[in-house]
Amino acid sequence: MRSEAVPEHEAAASYGTPTDEVGAFLSRRREQIAQRWADEPLFRTVFTVSRDEAVEACRSVVDALAQVADSGRVEDSDSAGFTVVREQLARMTAARSRSGMSTAQVSGEVDALRAPVVNLLVADLPDAPPEHLRECATTLTVLMGTLRLVVMETALTEVQALIDRQQMQLLEVATPVIRLWDGVVAVPLIGTLDSARSQVVMETLLQAVVDQQARYAILDITGVPTVDSLVAQHLMKTVAAVRLMGAECVVSGIRPAIAQTIVHLGLDLGTVVTRAGLADALAYALHGLGADIVHATPGGAGQR
Amino acid sequence: MNDDFSRTGAAPVPVLRLGDILLVTLQGDLHDGTAEQLQQDIVEAIARSRVTGVVIDISGVEIVDSFLGRVLAEIGANARLLAAQTVVAGMRPAVAITMVELGLTLPGLRTALSTEAALELLGRPDAAAPRAPRQEPR
Repeated sequence: MRSEAVPEHEAAASYGTPTDEVGAFLSRRREQIAQRWADEPLFRTVFTVSRDEAVEACRSVVDALAQVADSGRVEDSDSAGFTVVREQLARMTAARSRSGMSTAQVSGEVDALRAPVVNLLVADLPDAPPEHLRECATTLTVLMGTLRLVVMETALTEVQALIDRQQMQLLEVATPVIRLWDGVVAVPLIGTLDSARSQVVMETLLQAVVDQQARYAILDITGVPTVDSLVAQHLMKTVAAVRLMGAECVVSGIRPAIAQTIVHLGLDLGTVVTRAGLADALAYALHGLGADIVHATPGGAGQR
Repeated sequence: MNDDFSRTGAAPVPVLRLGDILLVTLQGDLHDGTAEQLQQDIVEAIARSRVTGVVIDISGVEIVDSFLGRVLAEIGANARLLAAQTVVAGMRPAVAITMVELGLTLPGLRTALSTEAALELLGRPDAAAPRAPRQEPR
């Protein structure tokens, strides 16, 4: 693939610098490179509708590479030339990821584009001095490596954007405040609590207490998988804040394993009212409000 | 310093008496001097009129710092010595969060959602007891 290193340092007077040479080569052989790339798995599997579409995509990538080579910054993945094709590359990697390819496999497919173009370069400069040919091939290889880096960067940016979006959604979705009765609100907590989430929980719960003039607030932690000292501290803070507002906070749904963890950690939840389940907590709150639940009397007009 | 004293003289916080209860409504930012003056006023008012409850409405307060938090706690402790209960009413969510973050949980004070709830709380000391009469078992 790469020509032999020859220990002679003849200045190639009739040839330009390797980057210029590579840029000129890419522009000159644009059509041939595009045709060969269109047969590579990366383009062939993404553009399944027609081969012309794949060839067109290949042409735009070759153009971008030529522009980068002309700018002389083949190692720079932030080159202006790449910005044009970034969106297209993102679409391609996304399509490959959807069909079940790992990032490493996509990277390998991008790498597979290198061999045809280097072979073309070697064939294109038959009578160039070996030293010059070697430099050109190296430059082209570096350029293709940069392309691979750009593809990977694009894919990672996409993934990061997705994660950010989902994190926002999780924050919004995961903290509903439910009005269980007049003056009783509840938050069913689901999933691991971290500082950001528990802050959101605290704020929404306190706001609900004000809005609904709730005398009782129930924190149901049935869906919380683990409780460590930090989570317990967050719970205590929420309970204290609710109390300061003038309502009472009940923690319910502490599972046996979590109860054991709390005792093992030596956490003092002594000031917190706890109940086994959400139903028990609701019964406690209703009792506090003076609305006891009684069984309907047989034969008589039962209360609701 | 002088400025603080002049403010204190200019706008003292009114302490109203409603039957057996003192009602204090705090509005806006409270200067340290005003807060101390208020503490003194409340204690004297309790001793003079022998009320059994103090309601401090702080729904108009946007910011509570550690000093005001301590003053509230001290008012509560003083009132208890004079056999009166103190209820802090209408704390805003943001203030509650700030106070918890500062570690000021006001353990000796009772709290209520609104002034109305606070008056109800003081009128009915056994608030936890059910209001509705229990149905007789057959």
